[in-house]
Amino acid sequence: MTCVRSALRLLKSARDSSAISPLLTFKRTVAHFKYFEDASIPKNGETARINMFQAITEAMDHSMESDPTALLFGEDVAFGGVFRCSVGLQKKFGPERVFNTPLCEQGIAGFAIGAAVAGSTAIAEIQFADYIFPAFDQIVNEAAKYRYRSGGQFECGKLTIRTPCGAVGHGALYHSQSPEAYFAHTPGIKVVVPRGPLKAKGLLLSCIRDKDPCIFLEPKILYRGAVEEVPKDAYEIPLSQAEIVVPGDQVTMIGWGTQVHVLCEVAEMAKEKHNISCEVIDLCTILPWDEDTVYKSVSKTGRALISHEAPLTCGFGSELAASIQENCFLSLEAPVSRVTGFDTPFPHIFEPFYLPDKHRCLDAVLKLVEY
Amino acid sequence: MVLSRICNGLRKQKAVDLPSIVAKNAFASDASFTTKPYKLHILTDGPKTEAVVTSEDALKFYRQMQVIRRLETAAGNLYKEKIVRGFCHLYSGQEAVAVGIKSAMRDQDSIISAYRVHGWTYLMGISPAGVLGELTGRFSGCAKGKGGSMHMYAKNFYGGNGIVGAQVPLGAGVALASKYQKDGGVCFALYGDGASNQGQVFEAYNIAKLWSLPCVFVCENNGFGMGTSMERSSASTNYYSRGDYIPGIWVDGMDVLAVRECARYCIDYCTSGKGPLVVEAATYRYSGHSMSDPGTSYRTRDEVQEVRQTRDPITSFKEKILSTGLATQEQLKAIDGEVKKEIDAATVQAKTDPEPSAEELTVDISKHFVEKEIRNCTPFNPLKHKNVSKQFIQT
Repeated sequence: MTCVRSALRLLKSARDSSAISPLLTFKRTVAHFKYFEDASIPKNGETARINMFQAITEAMDHSMESDPTALLFGEDVAFGGVFRCSVGLQKKFGPERVFNTPLCEQGIAGFAIGAAVAGSTAIAEIQFADYIFPAFDQIVNEAAKYRYRSGGQFECGKLTIRTPCGAVGHGALYHSQSPEAYFAHTPGIKVVVPRGPLKAKGLLLSCIRDKDPCIFLEPKILYRGAVEEVPKDAYEIPLSQAEIVVPGDQVTMIGWGTQVHVLCEVAEMAKEKHNISCEVIDLCTILPWDEDTVYKSVSKTGRALISHEAPLTCGFGSELAASIQENCFLSLEAPVSRVTGFDTPFPHIFEPFYLPDKHRCLDAVLKLVEY
Repeated sequence: MVLSRICNGLRKQKAVDLPSIVAKNAFASDASFTTKPYKLHILTDGPKTEAVVTSEDALKFYRQMQVIRRLETAAGNLYKEKIVRGFCHLYSGQEAVAVGIKSAMRDQDSIISAYRVHGWTYLMGISPAGVLGELTGRFSGCAKGKGGSMHMYAKNFYGGNGIVGAQVPLGAGVALASKYQKDGGVCFALYGDGASNQGQVFEAYNIAKLWSLPCVFVCENNGFGMGTSMERSSASTNYYSRGDYIPGIWVDGMDVLAVRECARYCIDYCTSGKGPLVVEAATYRYSGHSMSDPGTSYRTRDEVQEVRQTRDPITSFKEKILSTGLATQEQLKAIDGEVKKEIDAATVQAKTDPEPSAEELTVDISKHFVEKEIRNCTPFNPLKHKNVSKQFIQT
């Protein structure tokens, strides 16, 4: 909290000084998190230091190579996509397999579902998660229910929809949202969020090969901002399995995507400044989520903090909080805490205030312990 | 473009020796130009191909197009300096479309467009400082710095919209309201060649025709939907005919006068109760789709250069009005100087004006609220729900 106030003071002083010198303008260039490299590197085979968009390219490359039915399409993907995730793939696999679509998200989802139902592995890209809403009907009513409503005679499990999500520092209203909770309300699909290159490659390969339709939400700030060692070979990371990123025994902190890194830093701060031991869990898969890991941890620590960029009300944290209190009630030492984006549209210049940054999370940790 | 001067009324000059001025520097009060032929879809008569323009209007159009061009250059520079964050889509190359349509619009007419709207915002009455201030997130911006590039509004300008194609059905709705309220207004719903493939565009076409709405669907065809050329994205690139049962007009969107004639025709057509029209304005964007797109991976630099040299809406208009004596070099130079000064001043203002206060973060989210305070705003606890801004239309 004090930091937010000092940020406000900084803004104010930047304004005041700019009144003196018109050339001095306040600029915000620092990311709101520190990247923690993934320590869970599989031991097998050769690795290379790559960023997240390259890891995603590799995953799609492996899929296209090993699966001749696989198709990759979306807006501008033929040229590599706006975030460069499909660079070189059209050249390698040809325009019959990697191609641009018109700007029509409902159509993209529809074509992908149709292709998947008919036996092709369909990897569709929606250019920003904020643009996925025209495709919402197709995903929720067609993809998610195909298996059920045909009595198991048809399904579109070979469908994976990839889309960049989350805060990026300057994305404003329509390039920053995290829509995971909307989709988590839909039985029949899977929703997965990686926290870096290593997870992105393994989880995306799992999604593509999974027998249910998957929404793969890629935190866009990590595309270039996250770099770590990633195996060159193909590998899968099981879905619906959360990972304990930092072990601890006093507070359980649950997040996904970029927010995991914020929580890792909070765990460090809590340890150093307050000698509080926090356990950080990366949920990895939002739907269906790993209840065992979460309940086991909260039963041990007695305190739970859930943090996500999306707004509070009906964010996926709501589901976690309700489930935790139901299943860990007798172990809880304090009410489950949620530190999230505000219940406002994702703001343009107010992004630093809106985001559930490390200071807000640390404050919540202290309250949990002091309860 | 064929030039045919029909009328050369002499302007009243201060100079004493009129005859020599006439000989060397003929000042005309108006002139007529022949536009490129329009292409028509299920229409028998189209807009006038002879466009008469007065000297006063010519100077106004020139000035407006120059302001937009310079405004966009300033916006691009501010973005490169990282003072504009977020998204930024530039209109350079397409100025004639907006200026042409605006010149035909009456007080009761309205527009709605997508995310390339800095120029439109200016034409609809926002100062360059209001546009640039919005981009830099200043309180003096036209949406108090809360929207940024894609979210700009003014009276009868229902916005900027960041979602491709989403504004088109809204435009039909605005036209429905005009028809119902009998205000005689026509709504121009603008979108690009990329957005023309969104399903909701066709839903809007159907309803607009079914209910004979006074709506002009304007496809600003700049050749590329993001990085995909129209040939690669559209089964039919005759966007003016894609309304099928809705009559359509193709117009040279690089010619401000042709666009004006076309818009005048559309207003006459819609106000006579004949229902909607689809217009395709053929134009070109010099910049990439957005600032993150250099705009060179899907077209050659030569292509852009060639359009700049042969079809530029400002240069070609300048040549026309100079050769017909509607304006002098000196007048245009003076306008250029004024525009530069105005945009430079607006740029400084956009860098130095105060940002909105933190309380703006939570105002104007909804009109009626049960909770007085926003949930979860711990840092500035309590931040209140509030309505502070005046709406253009009171509901």
